[in-house]
Amino acid sequence: MKATCWMGTGRVEVRDVPEPKVINAHDAIVRVTSTAICGSDLHLLDGFIPTMQKGDVIGHEFMGEVVETGPDVKNLRIGDRVVVPFPIACGRCNMCQSELYSLCENSNPNAWMAEQMWGYSPCGIFGYSHMLGGYAGGQAEYARVPFADVGPLKIPEHLTDQQVLFLSDIFPTGYMAADQANIQPGDVVAVWGCGPVGQFAIKSAYMLGAERVIAIDRFDYRMRIARDRGGAETINYEDTHVYEAIKEMTGGRGADACIDAVGMEAHAANAWHLYDKIKTNLRMETERAVVVREAIMCVRNGGTVSIAGVYGGFMDKFPIGAVVNRSLTIRSGQCHVHRYMRPLLQRIEDGEIDPSFIITHEMSLDDAPEGYDKFLHKRDDCLKVVMHP
Amino acid sequence: MVADIVAARQLGSGSADSLRQDKRKDNTVRVSKTFTINRSREEVYGFWRKLDNLPRFMTHLESVELLGNNRSRWTARGPGGFKVVWEAEMIEDAPNRSVSWRSLPGSQIENRGTVRFDRAPGNRGTELRVLLEYAPPGGRAANMLVKAIGQSPEQAIQEDLRRLKQLLETGEIPTSSVSSRSPQPAGHGESRAAGGRR
Repeated sequence: MKATCWMGTGRVEVRDVPEPKVINAHDAIVRVTSTAICGSDLHLLDGFIPTMQKGDVIGHEFMGEVVETGPDVKNLRIGDRVVVPFPIACGRCNMCQSELYSLCENSNPNAWMAEQMWGYSPCGIFGYSHMLGGYAGGQAEYARVPFADVGPLKIPEHLTDQQVLFLSDIFPTGYMAADQANIQPGDVVAVWGCGPVGQFAIKSAYMLGAERVIAIDRFDYRMRIARDRGGAETINYEDTHVYEAIKEMTGGRGADACIDAVGMEAHAANAWHLYDKIKTNLRMETERAVVVREAIMCVRNGGTVSIAGVYGGFMDKFPIGAVVNRSLTIRSGQCHVHRYMRPLLQRIEDGEIDPSFIITHEMSLDDAPEGYDKFLHKRDDCLKVVMHP
Repeated sequence: MVADIVAARQLGSGSADSLRQDKRKDNTVRVSKTFTINRSREEVYGFWRKLDNLPRFMTHLESVELLGNNRSRWTARGPGGFKVVWEAEMIEDAPNRSVSWRSLPGSQIENRGTVRFDRAPGNRGTELRVLLEYAPPGGRAANMLVKAIGQSPEQAIQEDLRRLKQLLETGEIPTSSVSSRSPQPAGHGESRAAGGRR
């Protein structure tokens, strides 16, 4: 079958690989109908995620049709149309039963690698390095889905792939970023990054009661979508001092909550960018921390900083003094997608949101390298690439 | 970044490991490991007490045969089909609390083990604690087995107990080992500890 493979830093190729098989009793095989490139896939492409191996099948946003089930999968039938959440969760461990699905204690066969890096291991993730399980991803014709009795969500026929595909990751990820931001009615929420997760964080902040949302980016076409579709006010950090602007816009208070929807490869228009760029290039720092630092400085006293962007290692110059002395709360986590899929599907069914508004490019899976290139370099006003095998 | 990761590993497991894998004055190797398993003590004890279950999650054990009279014959496998066989007797059996065994005199490998089953606080199942002791690796058999287990018996037992937890909580041992990658350019091995296929 055809699959998108990581072939080293800066290289993805569509290659012919063996089709997946049912191995364990709770497995299912899904014939992929739609799959998307995630911003976090760009961290793989750029070589920021350790323990990738040449030939790894990538992709963790996918949906399709169940074509085979293991003997212990009782709730799915051949032919069911499902969206698959990117975290693999067993549903039976203490973390899963506490609805902390991305911390599943059983789904990462390579947990020891993550324990070396982070102390304890999170769940396994499709197509996202050997440290996070070494599972083949879903940018392929078929995918093996472990614990298929727990994750995949059945989709009613009248909804299109484009409307529901993002329940696999970025819609719940943006929603959880807002959910963890402790938003109260009347709050002003600032969102760094007008990429796909940022767009959903903006929408979600309003759903959860924010009165105003301020979005920060530098690409006009992305800020336009944030304004037109999300109802946000926008700040272009390349020509505006973000701290001063947010202070001005909030009557000197600062934002009630700040959401980082950028992550480890942040870019900035000031000296911090140079500092982090040099240190990451020299491998002296694993992330560029500009957004986290700025979000912490821009949040009001006692406010919440919610981090949805992906970080992997160790950052420098973390402003712990501001956190401690200003009673800040920091919330984060890989999204517990299973917790949010059903209520968010309901919102889609109710017509409250149509997540397809972020799609700018649809193409064949054969063109994955072109899709990655467009998304990475923001060519052709690219915001979200959906591929069909 | 390399320095950061080295530092993190020391923050994490390094120093604690050296305490837990204790080389005594008599050179006995002691390894202790603990896992919380979201199952009742009765279930975890019941599974372990049936010693022939052990090879289902201990990858270096080929079989444990029950011989009656609290005795059992253990077969471990090493590289190239090399096998080590010994007999053991159960020396303590406190239902739902603990189990201990030791190898019989004259075994190729002298060893003993104790497993304790405690109720985890907050309704989180069972805290399993395993203590294993190996006699000084002098003979050929012992050397081969230590080699088979790898440089770190500590890590091997950690992974064995993780598989036990996976098996008891989910009924299977999760794996990504098959078809997770496209056919390889030479020089890329399977990732270590990729889970057993059962």
